[in-house]
Amino acid sequence: MSKELNLTLQVWRQDGPDDSGHFETYKAEKISEDMSFLEMLDIINEDLIENGQVPIEFDHDCREGICGTCSLMINGQAHGHAKATTTCQLHMRKFNDGDTIVVEPFRARAFPVVRDLVVDRSSFDRIIEAGGFISVNTGAASDANLTPVPKEAADTSFDAAACIGCGACVAACPNSAAQLFTSAKLAHLNLIPQGQSQRFERTESMVETMESFFGSCTNHGECHEACPKEISLDFIAFMNRDYVKAKVKNRKLAGQR
Amino acid sequence: MAATATNPKGSTPIFRRKWQLPFPLNIYQSSVGRKWVMALTGIGLLGFVIVHMIGNFHIYEGPVQLHEYAETLRGLGGGLFPRTFLLWVLRIGLAGMFVLHIHSAYSLKERSRKASDKADFVGGEKKYGSKRDYVAANYASRTMRWTGPIVLLYLLFHLADLTWGWWLGDDYVLGDPYHNVVASLSSLPVAIIYVVANVALAIHIFHGTWSLFQSLGINNPRYNELRRTLAKLVAGIVLVGNLSFPVLVTAGLVDDDNRKCEVGDVACLEHEAEKH
Repeated sequence: MSKELNLTLQVWRQDGPDDSGHFETYKAEKISEDMSFLEMLDIINEDLIENGQVPIEFDHDCREGICGTCSLMINGQAHGHAKATTTCQLHMRKFNDGDTIVVEPFRARAFPVVRDLVVDRSSFDRIIEAGGFISVNTGAASDANLTPVPKEAADTSFDAAACIGCGACVAACPNSAAQLFTSAKLAHLNLIPQGQSQRFERTESMVETMESFFGSCTNHGECHEACPKEISLDFIAFMNRDYVKAKVKNRKLAGQR
Repeated sequence: MAATATNPKGSTPIFRRKWQLPFPLNIYQSSVGRKWVMALTGIGLLGFVIVHMIGNFHIYEGPVQLHEYAETLRGLGGGLFPRTFLLWVLRIGLAGMFVLHIHSAYSLKERSRKASDKADFVGGEKKYGSKRDYVAANYASRTMRWTGPIVLLYLLFHLADLTWGWWLGDDYVLGDPYHNVVASLSSLPVAIIYVVANVALAIHIFHGTWSLFQSLGINNPRYNELRRTLAKLVAGIVLVGNLSFPVLVTAGLVDDDNRKCEVGDVACLEHEAEKH
């Protein structure tokens, strides 16, 4: 028999983008410690629906920690206090009986609230559109291993590619900077041969798109701690290096046209 | 991301670049480039802090040696340049680095403040409804925007105190820096200002030294731990070195007693310095 928890929740309720929003207190009773945080919210929502009230809106999709849709600032920490965990994988056993939990949406000017805990993260899509892709000839599939990739490059690129784009880095950053997300997306492609031809064009345009939406990094390191995929700060350094390189290289290319 | 909820108003850019400046200047238009400038000027300013501190250690050799050191600075460049020319070049370069360092810091803080819905007006730090429990950010990194202005105010105080001699009055003797330092730091409130400001400076340097590697992209997983060690070392040296002056003067270990030359007798100082 699993333990049961009784909790007090303070949840951000906001009727729509233009509403000013406020905290509302809910009691969560007889919560099984085996539930995930989102399942706990489902229980509260069922109660709310039964009582004819409007349920709390929150983002969720795969519920297995790989899609990056769930968000939530839980007690001032993105995806809660558990390390390397998304909210859907955050289990109630991480909390104590009688706790008061404050639940807020991810906050940044680039992440406007849609409703309650749901925020619009499409500014990330703008960054990806600016260069988070490689251009290849389509047609018949090429042979496997046609492009040799050094083991280290493949590993590091894969570490960067683990980013699920949830926005926890921006939410945790006191500056609302998106350096960790952008640098992961850049390193993912900039480290491997397939990404080389557009490397500096990509770096310049993704960094500049990022800067038009987000704040500026001050190297606190909060993003890495909040990241459910533990993306390393090393990628931010890599991006900073590549950006200035890109400025120099792109200028040289411009001179040759 | 699988599904993206959208706000009907969309998320609008906070900052739009109207035009690109010509090559090296366009780097300064971007936040990443500005962090480079902040890091590079930071290295220059840190170099100044360390050289200035080491130079000031001449005070422990005595009034003659400190006078001699001050004269050496004015005569930098030997016979190649007019007297004090090279010193002024260094001073102007230093002032330029200060301006760039401060401008980049201030403008980036403003960008960050605009990027957050609710942010602290001075520190630019984003606010949440619940208390933030910072995991990685340390005291030094979170107070950069406070220790910076403290150091700037202290710098102006320090210049007015020992370079322009505003409030030492008749006690300020041009050409006898040893006496000026002792006269200034003998006052307890002044000594306290020096202690507080240098603690702030060391805190600023602790985060800055680590942070500049990250900003410049000098990174290798094998050596990353060394960056923290270096930051601790540099901040520690600056802290101990700079605190030694107010502490030792207040303790009475550095004073105007037993001087070979009378206070204010610059001719005697010059004469003694020549004997070296």
